[in-house]
Amino acid sequence: MADATPILEIENLSISFFTRRREIPAVMDFSCKVMPGEAMGLVGESGCGKSTVALGVMRDLGRNGRITGGSIRFKGREITRMGERELRALRGREIAMIYQEPMASLNPAMRIGAQLAEVPMIHERIGRDEALARARAIIEDVRLPDPDRILQAWPHQLSGGQQQRIVIAMALMSRPSLLILDEPTTALDVTVEAGIVDLVRDLAERQGTSMLFISHNLGLVLDVCDRLCVMYSGEAVETGGVTEVFSDMRHPYTQALFRSIPLPGADKSARPLVAIPGNLPLPHERPPGCNFGPRCDHFVAGRCDAQGIPMLPAGGAPRHHSRCIRVDEIDWNAPPALAATAEPTPPGEVVIEASDLRKYYQTAPGLFGGGTARIVKANEQIDFSARAGETLAIVGESGCGKSTLAKVLMGLEVASAGTVTLNGEQIQALPVERRGAALIASLQMVFQNPFDTLNPSMAVGAQIIRALEIFRIGSSAGDRHDRMLNLLDLVRLPREFAARKPRQLSGGQKQRVGIARAFAGEAKVVVADEPVSALDVSVQAAVTDLLMEIQRKNRTTLLFISHDLGLVRYLGDRVLVMYLGHVVEIGSTDQVFAPPYHPYTEALLSAVPVADPRVNRKRIVLQGDVPSAMTPPPGCPFQTRCRWKPQVPGDLCESVVPELRRVASGHRVKCHLTDAQLATMEPVIEMAG
Amino acid sequence: MLNFLVRRILTMLATALVLTFMVFWLTNLPPNLEKLAKSEGNARMTDAEVTSWLERNGHAQPLLKRYGEWLGVAPGWTSERGGVVSGRCIPRGASPGDSARFCGVLQGYWGQSTVFKAPVSEIIATRLSLTGILMFWVMVLMVPSALLIGVLAGMREGSKLDRVLSTASIATTATPEYVSGVILIAVFSSSMVGLKWFKGTATSAMEGISFENFFLPVLTIALYGMGYIARMTRASMSEVMTAQYIRTARLKGASFGRVVMRHALRNALIAPFTVIMLQFPWLLNGVVIVETLFNFKGFGWTLVQAAGNNDIQLLLGCSVVAVAVVLVTQAISDLGYVLLNPRIRVP
Amino acid sequence: MAELGWPAIFLRLALQFWPVWLALLVVFAVSLRTRRRSGLYGRLFDSPLGMVGFGLVMFWVFTALCADLLLMFDPLGQIAQMKNKVPGTITPDGAVYLLGGDNLGRDVFSRMVMGARRVLAIAPAATVFAFMVGVTLGLPAGYRGGRLDAGLSFIANLVLAFPVILLFYLLVTPEIRATGLPAALAAVLFLFPVLFFTLLWNSRFFTRPAKRNLYVGLTLALGLWAWSGLAFNADPLGVWSMQPNMLNVFVSVVFVNAPTVFRIVRSLVMDIKTRDYVAAAQTRGEGPWYIMLWEILPNARGPLIVDFCLRIGYTTILLGTLGFFGLGVSPESPDWGSTINAGRRLLTIAPHPAIVPALALLSLVLGLNLLADALREQSLKD
Repeated sequence: MADATPILEIENLSISFFTRRREIPAVMDFSCKVMPGEAMGLVGESGCGKSTVALGVMRDLGRNGRITGGSIRFKGREITRMGERELRALRGREIAMIYQEPMASLNPAMRIGAQLAEVPMIHERIGRDEALARARAIIEDVRLPDPDRILQAWPHQLSGGQQQRIVIAMALMSRPSLLILDEPTTALDVTVEAGIVDLVRDLAERQGTSMLFISHNLGLVLDVCDRLCVMYSGEAVETGGVTEVFSDMRHPYTQALFRSIPLPGADKSARPLVAIPGNLPLPHERPPGCNFGPRCDHFVAGRCDAQGIPMLPAGGAPRHHSRCIRVDEIDWNAPPALAATAEPTPPGEVVIEASDLRKYYQTAPGLFGGGTARIVKANEQIDFSARAGETLAIVGESGCGKSTLAKVLMGLEVASAGTVTLNGEQIQALPVERRGAALIASLQMVFQNPFDTLNPSMAVGAQIIRALEIFRIGSSAGDRHDRMLNLLDLVRLPREFAARKPRQLSGGQKQRVGIARAFAGEAKVVVADEPVSALDVSVQAAVTDLLMEIQRKNRTTLLFISHDLGLVRYLGDRVLVMYLGHVVEIGSTDQVFAPPYHPYTEALLSAVPVADPRVNRKRIVLQGDVPSAMTPPPGCPFQTRCRWKPQVPGDLCESVVPELRRVASGHRVKCHLTDAQLATMEPVIEMAG
Repeated sequence: MLNFLVRRILTMLATALVLTFMVFWLTNLPPNLEKLAKSEGNARMTDAEVTSWLERNGHAQPLLKRYGEWLGVAPGWTSERGGVVSGRCIPRGASPGDSARFCGVLQGYWGQSTVFKAPVSEIIATRLSLTGILMFWVMVLMVPSALLIGVLAGMREGSKLDRVLSTASIATTATPEYVSGVILIAVFSSSMVGLKWFKGTATSAMEGISFENFFLPVLTIALYGMGYIARMTRASMSEVMTAQYIRTARLKGASFGRVVMRHALRNALIAPFTVIMLQFPWLLNGVVIVETLFNFKGFGWTLVQAAGNNDIQLLLGCSVVAVAVVLVTQAISDLGYVLLNPRIRVP
Repeated sequence: MAELGWPAIFLRLALQFWPVWLALLVVFAVSLRTRRRSGLYGRLFDSPLGMVGFGLVMFWVFTALCADLLLMFDPLGQIAQMKNKVPGTITPDGAVYLLGGDNLGRDVFSRMVMGARRVLAIAPAATVFAFMVGVTLGLPAGYRGGRLDAGLSFIANLVLAFPVILLFYLLVTPEIRATGLPAALAAVLFLFPVLFFTLLWNSRFFTRPAKRNLYVGLTLALGLWAWSGLAFNADPLGVWSMQPNMLNVFVSVVFVNAPTVFRIVRSLVMDIKTRDYVAAAQTRGEGPWYIMLWEILPNARGPLIVDFCLRIGYTTILLGTLGFFGLGVSPESPDWGSTINAGRRLLTIAPHPAIVPALALLSLVLGLNLLADALREQSLKD
């Protein structure tokens, strides 16, 4: 291996973007080597420069981007000095790229067949018919059904998962030697992601393609890659084989990153996550010396900030390097300084309860055809209750109806049937404009997208004060101003932020303001709709912990909606799993994360990548996509994708919706499988050793 | 699709009805009718005479009834005076029994012009065909050049070419027809500057068009619309050029020309198509101004004559045509958008 | 009769505009110094074309403001010997018609300067009113949707389907004035600003009644006072009034522009209302007008400011069109449209009486368009 020519060799690469005012370095002194057949992972938070590296390899940096130093050699040929013609011969033929948004990557006005056939037609000058025949073959390779129909289809007629398979097919059309994948599954649901990841790994192995795999998801990198490179603020900070880096981290950032993600074994009371303090430095405000210095526990003034720090050999394995000047001094195995632990709060009496809640939408007759109105069953028979001080996690993939549930609870929509009881008062039929100030203040919401949750044209303090005014809290303007400052203290934001506009805040800080606003009226129940999913991992931990802390203090009931099972396991007391509008399983966190599972929960658990090499995971890959809520399958909602279906006699699954039945105290499952069959289920996740 | 079409047509008809009613109302206001009476009868009529003239000619009936008659859904008025029955649908000298009960726009009876002393339908037909020729050449000049400018400017946003073309387009949108027309005439046909390349009027173009007598009016109308369409095309094109699928195409190894022609163009032209169609009402403006300025006696000139001389029937006829043109082009623009855009096409 | 050469004409023209140059100098000096702190306005000075546009617009604004200082002759005064004389001709009593005389022997330069005042008195004000109407109706149409939206959109499309010129010929006539229709339209259209500000203050400050009563009270008092004067000419103090033909022109221009503003606002609202901060406002029980006016409208300001600039330009063009057809203006009026119309008849012999106002109008509208384009570009850079 050592003397083979690398497919891709990057040395001391620097890339900058130039604006009218200044040069913004995006990547500095980056080196890495990808050998034939090897999969290299590039990991880091947003803004760390990982995508810029990929675009640099493709030499597609736009008008403002420029490679300012270093070299990129592809099979020994220097890419940085290639002419336009040479580059074109390389792109698509030798190096292909796959990106995040499959829908956006396909030309909406060209049929799939034409888009696929274009690649060999450009590069190999073959005829259209031959190219189409090859396209058809590759569609079969990416395991899409009915290739002839797909060749003729428009991109918008395919589902997200199918689109991403087409993008992969397009990348593989000319059998490239290097495949660059930029967050290829981030926009997809986990169960779909699992299928795509399997496919990529399989095809790359068969064709001997090398991969550069860019992701923020450490678990996914562990699944797919042989080697990885961790990036922080434009620099590679640690690089090495996947197992070495995961088991012997040699950079404080890598270690802090792992400690801030909820792995199996983390627990909100006994072993809370450790957030990385501070924020990612802006590209033009990077500190001298080590970029991670200001946020590092091992920082030594005068050494870490004295000069630029080179990559140093680390750990003892041959190709393991770290950009830490103190790599040989730090005790890497010391346990983390334990963050403040807390006693688990005992749950109080039931605060909010839903019973047989349903929400149906009547869709307007389609604008172009489909004359009749259709009914979309967004929520079907939702039953749950949550107690004071308890966290009920609601899990499900897109389209499962979890956001509709939140809207019904908040009064933005009115339930079609069933009841919602808050503190003994039935609120399912009360739209928000008919709810009193006290009721509204006691039931509040934290929204998903931090960039969208605050009114961009109003100062942060004014927005919190407005919430106080509308909740009729505080006797005078001065009183409300004081309360607003206290709320900023509560979410640990400096008081001078009151006068700032939201665009001057980072994502995590905005989310804190959102939390302060939700708790302005001392809410009894807070619905948090994916509150951290748009944040970087290192910030996620801090915001999650803040939420938990305020919850403990106020004994708030938290309804935590999420698709991230790791996070749910970490902070949920009880978990509710939703699929196509149904509650398919509900129970305490331990019950849901251990067998017996609902077959969907089982598949979901197995699909989630875990960033811990000691965890053994059983692979269960679901076929197909989630059916549309417009045309749900008859019978059990999950029957179209269920691997246990053959074990149920007759056509029970296709015809009858199973009952949500009790399998243990507080644990209920919506499935036709008998207790005996459920008992045969094995755990999906096991810790090795 | 059928559903969509039916609803679109129904809205169109409703719009047409309301609009024609409004025009009818505004042209048949009491002061206008009084003026009509005085110009048709004699200028020194007393108020009582005016009233009786109006009553005699069916103008004293309720507004809705008159509108119905004009449209052809209500029976025409009749009145008897001295044993002679006259009426809306009774031509002078014909007997009431032979005449139709309904005579309105729907029956093809558009009335009689008081200025030109000829049937409105005839006048509009001849004038419209003259304007049709003008519009045809405007389209021939405007659309391809606007699209070309827009695509060239938008394909490399921020380049020198883009800056120059964009500024030029902005300049033409800031130049209404009566400004550009005046400048063009002054530069190209006045004795003062002395270029004398083209003629300052298009009167002779009514007999036969030539480059010399027709280029200036065509250019004048085209310039104003051209900038607008070009800017729309540029915006659409530059947006498409930043789309992810364009990057996909580029990273497939497609050449810049191929990326523009095969991948960007169709997506970029969807929006301008709608804009071009919606330009028609504006073009109508231009036509009126240019025909007045260049003394080309087409539809726009007729409209000005009708409005300026209180020729109610002719003005109504012109309005019907104008409104119809606008509504039809709007419908075509909607339909074209659906057809051009595969995303909303019925599978 | 003696004439000045072109270099002399330009020199005298440049000197004549000295108050305008001075004002421009001050504005540019202050703006350039504070541009890093003044937000979007400051960033305008990063773009050369934006500065040109802003300069052109401010040139005409200051010209309109200082018109009395710039005038060399009475814009209506005729000197018989000066008919159709070329630029630079010296009058019998020794002064100069810098830009020549028109067909009645009036000074083209003075008429151009006075025309700027006419245009800039109407166009921005009419645009403001069109925005008030369009915003007040577009917000609920986009936010509520449903029947309200369908109804309002239908009406807006009705007006838009009218060819503008036809509408002017129908709406701006002495006969119409006799029926009182323009006054009725004015009464409706001029009520919108009062409605807008009342809703604006009430939705924000209903939680603080004292402040609310003050703001709403002031709005109603001032608004209704102006309204009575402008729409009905019934202002007891006689401060607010408008000539009938001016009112007619004004109302027609507002009426033509409002539906387009309505459509723009409506589509902006439909986009912004899906944002989380709107949902957040709903979940804390805010009323619909608060959400529309305080959560949605401020965040739609970028595209609206751009459209505002463009629309002033478009209104200027419309006013010119009206003048060109001699609608709603007295024949004496120095406004640019009428002057172009008067000059076009002799275009081939004496083009300057038409060319001068044509270039003036062109430069003002071009300035507004360049300004709008620069604002759009700079606001996208965020």
